Amino acid sequence: MSTIAPQFRLSRFIASLFDLIFWVLLIFSLVGLPIVFIILFYIKLPIINGQLMTPYLSMTWMADPSRTLPIVKNFIHTTIFRVMVFPGFGFAALLAAATIFVERKFLAKIQLRVGPLYCGKIEGILQLMGDGFKLMSKEIIIPAKADKPIFWMGPLLFVGAAGAFVSLIPVAPGWVVANPNVGLLAVFAVIGFFPIIAVLTAWAANSKWTFIGGLRALHQMVAFEIPLILSLLGVVILSGSLNLSQIVESQQHFWWITFVPIGAIVFFITIFAELERIPFDLPEAESEIVAGWLTEFSGMMYGLIQLGTYLKLYAFAGLFVVLFLGGWNGPMVWPPFPQDIITNGITIGPVTAKFPGLPLFDQQMLNGTLWFVIKTVGVILLILLPRGVFPRVRMDIALHTGWYKLIGLAFINIFIALGLLYAGVLGPGGLLQ
Amino acid sequence: MTTQLPPGMHLETVDDKIMTLNVGPQHPGSGHMRLIIKVDGDYIVSCDPDPGYVHRGEEKMAEYRNYIQNIPHLERPVIHDSSNILYPYCLGVEELLGIEVPERAKYIRVIAAELNRCVYILYWLAIYGIFLGHSTMFMWPAGDRELFIDLLEAMSGARVTHAYLVPGGVRNDLPSNFEERCLRQVAYFEKRLKEYEDIFYQNPLLKARTEGSGILSRTDAIRLGTTGSVLRASGVDFDVRKKEPYDVYENLDFQTVVMKEGDSYARSRIPYLEMFESCRIIKDALKKMPKSGSVRTKLKPNPKGGNDEVYRRVESGRGAIGYYIVSNNRPEPYRVKISVGSFRNLICMPYLLKGEKLGNMPAVYWGLNYWPVEADR
Repeated sequence: MSTIAPQFRLSRFIASLFDLIFWVLLIFSLVGLPIVFIILFYIKLPIINGQLMTPYLSMTWMADPSRTLPIVKNFIHTTIFRVMVFPGFGFAALLAAATIFVERKFLAKIQLRVGPLYCGKIEGILQLMGDGFKLMSKEIIIPAKADKPIFWMGPLLFVGAAGAFVSLIPVAPGWVVANPNVGLLAVFAVIGFFPIIAVLTAWAANSKWTFIGGLRALHQMVAFEIPLILSLLGVVILSGSLNLSQIVESQQHFWWITFVPIGAIVFFITIFAELERIPFDLPEAESEIVAGWLTEFSGMMYGLIQLGTYLKLYAFAGLFVVLFLGGWNGPMVWPPFPQDIITNGITIGPVTAKFPGLPLFDQQMLNGTLWFVIKTVGVILLILLPRGVFPRVRMDIALHTGWYKLIGLAFINIFIALGLLYAGVLGPGGLLQ
Repeated sequence: MTTQLPPGMHLETVDDKIMTLNVGPQHPGSGHMRLIIKVDGDYIVSCDPDPGYVHRGEEKMAEYRNYIQNIPHLERPVIHDSSNILYPYCLGVEELLGIEVPERAKYIRVIAAELNRCVYILYWLAIYGIFLGHSTMFMWPAGDRELFIDLLEAMSGARVTHAYLVPGGVRNDLPSNFEERCLRQVAYFEKRLKEYEDIFYQNPLLKARTEGSGILSRTDAIRLGTTGSVLRASGVDFDVRKKEPYDVYENLDFQTVVMKEGDSYARSRIPYLEMFESCRIIKDALKKMPKSGSVRTKLKPNPKGGNDEVYRRVESGRGAIGYYIVSNNRPEPYRVKISVGSFRNLICMPYLLKGEKLGNMPAVYWGLNYWPVEADR
């Protein structure tokens, strides 16, 4: 006999199941439905596909998958989907989470370790989730003499600014959260927020280590922002546009990295300083200033900063791909969706299922996303690699690199771009126009 | 200020521009000590090391135990270098008690001391790497250290605190296949050492950061009484193994590594180059060692020293370790004074850090080959 349930009887089990179902139905119909209707009375119901989304209608749709698909398709074209799911936060957070896991395994392989191994059975795939739950369950400690509102605001502002950065990156043709005509200027504006947030939180924490770390962050980011902006001007000159989508479209035949490689290298180096990654992780140098401007953060506040950092990493890698590596452009490898399924439906035995709005995304968009993700992951891996190879630099060497060497290289890059433009090799809008 | 301060205390007046930082004892870059650092912007104005957080009274404890009982606790200050810190004690007690050590035991002792030196230097190198932000240089030495720990485990039975050297020889003989295994692992380790050179010592960012920082001139190095790798990095050719050879070091083929620069880079490179010499010594000693024979002279139970005193020193991973032992016709020593390399190297830290940038602090501090637990004894 089983030792787990020695008194087990099937009849009792079935009786208890029916009992459970009865009570669930009773409570749902007596309490649940009235509450739902009371709430719905005050909420404006959305109109999807020309129909008012009443609860009965939504249940009807849920029961019939062929009617659900148009609803999903309509939802995909709403703004909220773009912000929350695909080119926006959800997609970026998923890539960022994958980046953290890959970084840990990748670094472990360099250092002859195994990395996360046990959590989630398969190569520690759930380690990140475990870390997240740990951070959430930890107490948030705020220093007694801290400026509390600003201290609380710091991580939220950081994630907000990183999210704003993510929203400007075009992923596939037409798939971008915000597409202003001065997209690159908006990127520069968002990047300019990060040192302010670092200094604000560092000052608000009222600690010596955060103060030194905040000042270091300010110095470093300002020193590297100028070469960053100058290095991207070459691309603007060649493509003749500040709109990121148009810059991608101008690279249909040639990637800009082939014409302005110096600008790409300068931009790539400044990414490390902006992300505070080794070799430029001076604002968080643990052997000198504990954890720099992050010293006093604990629990989920630290978790939010980490989330923001990795969103920023994704956004910078995406920006590199958009500006230099041709964005979503690439050979068409995604198979076209078979049209006969939509017209004739699939016949399995006696049942014929018709899916009226089946292709949720068109072929162009899926192919573009695939190429964008492949290129972005490649750039992210290149950004992760130096952590296993380089030591930290010193503050004066970092500033010397930023103010002196990189700015000089960025100017050379601008002159190369101007020369290409005025020699008639390249015109605004691409090589062949 | 109206309140009266207690006698002996005074208020310190400092410039508004100067910030006082307490680096330690709970700072990730400090170790078991505290540095009171005053900074003006990014520059260090003054540095005041404050050791003593892990003082355990080893010298006093030694006065209450007899010569054999003293062995295990005297190696506790540097458990990573336990053979070397016991070595001068064993030499001194042998001189006090008049014990002859068998020839094979002398070679085994040298092998144990050199293996342990490599274990210590690898541990130090790991810490040096991670404090300069190079995480691969933390993982690689910490992993390769296992090679030597396994060898020492085969010799002595313990992985870290061996208590292998005893007055009169070593505790037990080598296992049967030790020579072959040791040569194989040392050959593999020499290959690995060359990879350290590529990833760490020839790294342009490391060179930019450490070359020319914290320069200790030759005269200052002698005047401040530094020892070990710090002294040799400043161009002084001094190694106790060469200048006052003990046991069989005079028969063995090795060189003293000396660099003239005296900066942080030289100080970090000397111990690394010494590991090559240690490998040479191990291979040479295995070749010249008598293949059989006694490894331990039998002592009388509870041996008494005469009315005598003795001072012996050896070269450890951090410099010269000296033991001054006084006996007064009793089984316990009357006084045991340990002079350790760590403490003597710490003395030059305020001189080196003054006027340096704050970012140079970890490089200078850990370049001094300082082990806080040993300095506090």
